[in-house]
Amino acid sequence: MLIKVKTSADVPYSEVTPEHIYRSRRQFMQIASAGAVGAVAGTLIGNGRGSVQAQAANYPDLPAAKKTAFVTDPAVDPLNTFEQISTYNNYYEFGTRKSDPARYAGKLTIKPWTVKVDGLVNKPGDYGVEDLVNFNQLEERIYRHRCVERWSMVMPWIGVPLSAVLNKVQPQPGAKFVEFLTAVRPNEMPFLNSAGLQFPYVEGLRMDEAMHPLSFMVVGLYGKVVPNQNGAPLRIHLPWKYGFKSGKSIVRIRLMDKQPANTWAVQTPHEYGFYANVNPDVDHPRWSQKRETRLPSPLMNRETILFNGYGDQVASLYSGMDLKKYY
Amino acid sequence: MSRLWQGIVALLAAIANWRFFKPAVFVLCTYKAVVLSWRLHLLLTGKNVEVLGVDPKATLLHETGETALLILFVTLSITPLRRIFKVNKLQSVRRMLGVWSFVYALLHLTVYLVFDQLCYSLETCDFRAIWEDILKRRFIFVGQLAFLILLLLAITSTGGWVRRLKKNWQRLHRLAYVAAAAGVVHFIWIQKSDIRVPLRWAAVLAVLLAIRVYFSIQKRSATPRGAGAPSARGVGVGPHASK
Repeated sequence: MLIKVKTSADVPYSEVTPEHIYRSRRQFMQIASAGAVGAVAGTLIGNGRGSVQAQAANYPDLPAAKKTAFVTDPAVDPLNTFEQISTYNNYYEFGTRKSDPARYAGKLTIKPWTVKVDGLVNKPGDYGVEDLVNFNQLEERIYRHRCVERWSMVMPWIGVPLSAVLNKVQPQPGAKFVEFLTAVRPNEMPFLNSAGLQFPYVEGLRMDEAMHPLSFMVVGLYGKVVPNQNGAPLRIHLPWKYGFKSGKSIVRIRLMDKQPANTWAVQTPHEYGFYANVNPDVDHPRWSQKRETRLPSPLMNRETILFNGYGDQVASLYSGMDLKKYY
Repeated sequence: MSRLWQGIVALLAAIANWRFFKPAVFVLCTYKAVVLSWRLHLLLTGKNVEVLGVDPKATLLHETGETALLILFVTLSITPLRRIFKVNKLQSVRRMLGVWSFVYALLHLTVYLVFDQLCYSLETCDFRAIWEDILKRRFIFVGQLAFLILLLLAITSTGGWVRRLKKNWQRLHRLAYVAAAAGVVHFIWIQKSDIRVPLRWAAVLAVLLAIRVYFSIQKRSATPRGAGAPSARGVGVGPHASK
């Protein structure tokens, strides 16, 4: 078994995926999804979970997104497929099994969508998605995603820097933290009362983390509108932190002078903290974080890298901090 | 068409005669292991990389673990069902079911060792991490406890051990309830927040235990004090009781 360790997320622009490879990848996607249908029909002993299907073709296209230097080396971190990314989700409002969100999130109404912006900002108010995200300036970023449960994937998100969204509402100098609250729809979310968590789901960042160039506000996946189960219409992605820091279906952004009380840290404080930076040396009490499974591999096949391999870009945010204490 | 019906009727008659009961239960117990092995074969040979879902290791862990628990629960239900519905033939599959529960627990442990701790070869196997898991993680500790009990009960399930241990055999094999409880606790402790599914298992176990307590109270009140209760207890509970 070959264990590949990538130590830096910095990729020179010369290594950015050329257009024709990207396009051939898209063709591969189409062939692969057609093949999946055949496999389900043709296999005598099927998967049993074959009813959960998510096909990129069912989602509307987004305006063209510009390529960025935020990519991965395809030889080390190849992209996961649209199907993998959109049928294996943690979105407890739609159920706690990984296949549940793909099954139930279709009910979520994402149009119209309003985001309430309040707290220490100069321009508070109710914003539509288009008011916060400039759809003429969309970027594609290929990010590694590491879940606290020890699995990881690589996804091509479409969106804008989180800093661009926050700059639109003009945070005041007193704003030290930003809090994100996610949607609560009793009529559309069947598991609000049984998931064992308090809703709305709350997450937050220190202001310098939120303004960091890596912090991304996502509206799309694989050039398409992001699927509901992945957090439509508006979600965060923070590639150096465990996945639970990246809230889905954001309905409120609040600028604060105090550290927000994020849901998992309130629920189980000895297991989850506020920072949740990917760190091989800080175990989850119930499992070691030294290794991870890059799905769909069946093996715990990778060494976890501090800050998920983005340390050269984000380590300075935490200089002088005891990462074992601030986990 | 009438031939098909004749066949079905013959099959039902055979089952009603209990002729195929034990083989049928055996085949039923192999089902999950065969399906999962076949899917793993398809995955590892690259013929179908999606057949075990996006997270194959998690699928294998859940399926083997839940099957071990399910078969253990069925094993523990045999005596109550036999006594309530007076179907003594059920007893003939109890030992086999218990051993199958151990087999699935062994598969569950094997998946953890091979895929989680990379023990497909001695060089890659992370022995230190396994040791740390057992010592530091209570859900793994309690899972190991359940496994060791099932191992002990599987080893002592033979007729020779029944004879050698005499009255103590039955006492020893009551540990099956401890294994079931440890299995359920293992299941609860691995959950992140939603414990509805393992709580359902706990509720079923509570019912099974309650029936057992009821039986023993019944027996105690039916047996005169000091009139050889231990030997009375020994009747009809060994693996050969129905024969």
